[in-house]
Amino acid sequence: MFSNRRIGRWTLNALATLAFLFALLPLIFVTWLSFYEQEIPSFPPTGYSLHWYALAIANERFIDAFVISAQVGLVATAIGLIVAIPASIALTRYRFTGRGAINNLLLMPLVIPGIVLGFSLYIFQVETTIATELPIMGSFWGLVFGHVLLVIPWSVRLITASLVGFDRTLEEAAMNLGADPFTAFRRVTVPGILPGIVAGAMFGFVSSFGNLEVSLFLVAPGQTTLPIAILQYLEWKIDPTIAAISVLQILIIIAAMLITDRFVRISRVV
Amino acid sequence: MAGVELQGLSKHYGDFQATEDVNLDIADGEFLVLLGPSGCGKTTTLRMIAGFIEPTKGTITVGGADVTRLPPWKRSTGLVFQNYALFPHLTVAQNVAFGLEMHKVPKAEIGGKVATALDLVQLGHLADRYPRQMSGGQQQRVALARALAFQPDVLLLDEPLSNLDAKLRHEVRHQIRNLQQRLGITTVMVTHDQEEALTMADRMVVMKDGRIQQLGTQRELYDDPASEFVASFVGRSSFIKGRFSGGRFVSHGGLAVETERRLAGEAVLALRPERIHLGADAADAASPDGSNTYRGKVASISYLGSSIDVEVKLNETDRVIAQVVNKGRESGASVGDEVSVTFPRDVPVFAASPA
Ligand SMILES: Nc1ncnc2c1ncn2[C@@H]1O[C@H](COP(=O)(O)OP(=O)(O)OP(=O)(O)O)[C@@H](O)[C@H]1O
Ligand SMILES: [Mg+2]
Repeated sequence: MFSNRRIGRWTLNALATLAFLFALLPLIFVTWLSFYEQEIPSFPPTGYSLHWYALAIANERFIDAFVISAQVGLVATAIGLIVAIPASIALTRYRFTGRGAINNLLLMPLVIPGIVLGFSLYIFQVETTIATELPIMGSFWGLVFGHVLLVIPWSVRLITASLVGFDRTLEEAAMNLGADPFTAFRRVTVPGILPGIVAGAMFGFVSSFGNLEVSLFLVAPGQTTLPIAILQYLEWKIDPTIAAISVLQILIIIAAMLITDRFVRISRVV
Repeated sequence: MAGVELQGLSKHYGDFQATEDVNLDIADGEFLVLLGPSGCGKTTTLRMIAGFIEPTKGTITVGGADVTRLPPWKRSTGLVFQNYALFPHLTVAQNVAFGLEMHKVPKAEIGGKVATALDLVQLGHLADRYPRQMSGGQQQRVALARALAFQPDVLLLDEPLSNLDAKLRHEVRHQIRNLQQRLGITTVMVTHDQEEALTMADRMVVMKDGRIQQLGTQRELYDDPASEFVASFVGRSSFIKGRFSGGRFVSHGGLAVETERRLAGEAVLALRPERIHLGADAADAASPDGSNTYRGKVASISYLGSSIDVEVKLNETDRVIAQVVNKGRESGASVGDEVSVTFPRDVPVFAASPA
């Protein structure tokens, strides 16, 4: 009995470690590669250097693309939250016809392949640009619009989860003490579901920041996001600069995660 | 401060009557307890007073003003929730200050009022703690201080003691009662614990299936219950079923009983255990005042500490439980002993409830 359980736990740990390594393997190789000295990746490396990092940071295309990515990500996240918070409240607190349908619709971008989403948006924006003669296609706001769709499913999912776990008698207590519903929401509910909002914002931002497929269809020349810049670089050159910039991108995402985790325990809300 | 008046208060969910025609006139400064079994509509009544449930019919008046259609935040009721509902992200002091801020009390005065409220419940020294750092009893007192701090007209308590352990419950009971009397605040408390109701209330209300069964002081409800239900719910009673014929009660087991109150047809007697006198044998069963005396056999004995419950079988169908003071060794009857059972003529009598 006892030893059976111990073997069971040991097997589980071993499998978990394997799965973890499997998931990390590409990451480990990219990181390793980024420190190679030689330009053409071959094994074993002839030596190590930080040379490629210097090149990556000095590359103006990458810097511009990074700025665009960050701007699009932040604006899309902000807009996404403005939509997601009221939507989550409606979905968790009210019964209305079409509730299930709206719920599925909001989560849809999570399951639709990025290419399909991007292509549909492309057609949509081309058509509206033609129809309205407004400069939508290829504009910053056109791109943001696409990314809002990436942010919403994450934030709706995480905010509804924390709303479901929120004890509504706290709102009643606030109203009993004289707070109108809006004040009760602002002073009591928002602090209570803050972990969900922060986590939703962060996951939304990360999925926007790393997105390639949707952006591919919506960017205009000279307005590329970082993943596209990496792709374009790869088209004419393969050297460890790509590895270096990828590592930097991953580091930014990890930093975002760690900062958020200091603020709210991510493992508790996801 | 103000009295509260409920008139014809009903709440229906579809065909289901959570409360039906509740009429109560609660005096200024009175401590009223709503008592009743689970699901009888106590919380519904309390939440209607607080404004969280809109009544289907009827009116609620506080201090003479009709508040029936006012939303909760415009009413002046301080509610202590069963789970306390303290704001977890605020400190104890901030929790207590919340109601004051909402009522636009000037910033300069809030600190002093918070301190006063916390002193009322002896928690001044824990003002900077968060609710999760406090014991259940302390949280309960914070909830009480929070509900009282903004000086509402009415204090509402929904089973405030149900999450406390037995010993603490005794203490807090007295604390709440003392505080209520000191402040003179009109208070409505809900409980399903009759002992709580008996020890705390000025008057109490027994509810069943959404309706008021009886309203009165503890003594009225205990000594003169209005129905079999009240007699069983407030205190304990042994019931003897039978029928009146020719002005005399005869039990189904064949006992003839003299009663002061006479009815007709099927009826029930309610006997309080401490009003039943046990004699050693039928011989000392003198009943000069015309009390009822019968012979019986001890069927079981439950030792309760200060008292002992003796169950006596009078015949095949009639059994009563008598409570005897535990006076040490010699006060013990044993199972199988022949005893005499005496009870007075002024026992409560009810028409049998339709089965
Ligand atoms: N929203 C609702 N819809 C339908 N029925 C309800 C609703 N709320 C309460 N009820 C019913 O109304 C009745 C009274 O409920 P209430 O909460 O007032 O009981 P209670 O006396 O407080 O009981 P307890 O001692 O268990 O707290 C219950 O039978 C309950 O099932
Ligand atoms: Mg209740």
